Amino acid sequence: MDAMSRRAKKERRNRILGDVYAILVYAVLYIPIAVMMAFSFNNQRYNYYWNGFTTQWYGKLLNNSALLSSLWYSLFIAILSTVISVAIGTIGALGLKKYEFRGKKAINNMLYIPIIVPEIVMAVALLVIFMNVGLSLGLGSILIGHCTFCIPYAVVTIKGRISGDSNTLEEASMDLGANRVQTFFRVTLPNIFPGVMSAAFLSFTLSFDDVVMSNMLAGARQSTLPVLILSMNKSGITPDVNALTTIMILVIVAAMILNNIIQGALKKKRANY
Amino acid sequence: MSTYTAPKKKNLLPKIAMAGPVSVWMILFVTIPMLYVIFISFMSRGVFGDVVYEFSTESYSTILDPTYFQVILKSLKAAGLTTVLCLLIGYPFAYIIARKPKDVAAKMITLLMIPFWTNSLMRLNSWLLLFQTSGPVNNFLVNTGIVDKPISFIYTDELVLIGLITNMLPFAVLPMYSTIEKLEKSMLEASADLGANPRTTFCRITLPITFPGIFSAIILTFIPSLGIYTVTDMLGGGKVLFIGNIIKNQFGSIRNWPLGAALSVLLIVVTMLLIFIYTRFAKIEDMEVV
Repeated sequence: MDAMSRRAKKERRNRILGDVYAILVYAVLYIPIAVMMAFSFNNQRYNYYWNGFTTQWYGKLLNNSALLSSLWYSLFIAILSTVISVAIGTIGALGLKKYEFRGKKAINNMLYIPIIVPEIVMAVALLVIFMNVGLSLGLGSILIGHCTFCIPYAVVTIKGRISGDSNTLEEASMDLGANRVQTFFRVTLPNIFPGVMSAAFLSFTLSFDDVVMSNMLAGARQSTLPVLILSMNKSGITPDVNALTTIMILVIVAAMILNNIIQGALKKKRANY
Repeated sequence: MSTYTAPKKKNLLPKIAMAGPVSVWMILFVTIPMLYVIFISFMSRGVFGDVVYEFSTESYSTILDPTYFQVILKSLKAAGLTTVLCLLIGYPFAYIIARKPKDVAAKMITLLMIPFWTNSLMRLNSWLLLFQTSGPVNNFLVNTGIVDKPISFIYTDELVLIGLITNMLPFAVLPMYSTIEKLEKSMLEASADLGANPRTTFCRITLPITFPGIFSAIILTFIPSLGIYTVTDMLGGGKVLFIGNIIKNQFGSIRNWPLGAALSVLLIVVTMLLIFIYTRFAKIEDMEVV
């Protein structure tokens, strides 16, 4: 009895210590976000020190055309790269899972290169090849760059979600008279849809937050939002960028909560069948 | 004859349509560019910063030049330190999450990833705002009389290290979490029942079983920290330089492509070496990169 309670006491103490530790780690990860948000309300041009509360930057944001145009450009690129990467990644994952062919192992290994090798190396490699073939830097080069690291992530994510019995289901569908395209859209795709969604989400965030590839391949005309922020760093980042980033965080968190609600509802619906 | 070729053709089309695009993309935009970088690294630099197609190992001897070699050593040291600290901080953290009930653990993992859906440069900039000369930390230290005048925290190696660790930590935690999560509780109980104390159980059971996760964490923190230049750009103020900064400069203002290519090859070699060791005891598919 005494030994038992001592053991329980020790376990409880360890659990509390663990929770305190976890909270400390989270605090370190969330401090930058809290600071970033706080300084969006700073009444000073360059955020060198705290100078009182203001909400003016949220209004002035709308007049900063360089900032806004880079935001739209980043969004445009992120959406395009997501669509291209998820399309190629989805059929690629299915193809690599389903078929055997010569060089398949090599392709599978190649997929891990952009994931593991430092991004600066991939950016440099694409830059020298683009310069060599005479492709001018701009939207096209950035898109190729982003897709080159988004496609492998998409393939790996989706390949992990293809279950072993998918072949049987597809064969059943074709036996029942559906053609390949119908089978793809009505059997295969619904089956791997959660994987496709997380691949899309991953591709979007990777592309939207990318600095290294964009900085190397952007050209001079228009920069993406992260590249603009990097270039602002020398003179000091103005609070309107903090305001914009604060809004973006709120949008992302809202989207996540919404996604959770939808997923929960879908699960309930499926359970009712 | 024709009856023989018809079904074969029919079977080939979906194969090409599905595996084709990804294969072509990888060959065109990964393999060929990487090979071309290796090729460029053995060329010479022209007077105007152009690439002269003449074989030369000059770039590789330049790397060994003390000015560059010191940067390489410094990068290796910083990446190593970041990795060790991420493991030391991340392993207990991953362990705590893995021991929670499933739904709580899922929420904790999401909470870990949220900061990474916000702009990484702005997160780095926050450390600068926090620690700058008239920033909150210095104000606090001066006002409470702990120090007489503000400490210059910014543009130091230490602040760069903080930036690196906070950037890399989740990528260390995730693979370790997924191996610890798979660890059977019954094995630990069996070990304890057989008389092993917690430390022996940890060293002989937990650590060896979760080692693939630890090595994934090493790869996923060490290699990116070795190539990164944004953290040094944001927090080092041009005073702290890593390999990534040097490479970027060779393709920007300085224009020495063969040297930049040679440094890139160095990063490729380090990466391949670590991956080769990893594949000795685990499959690359199990690396939990996503």
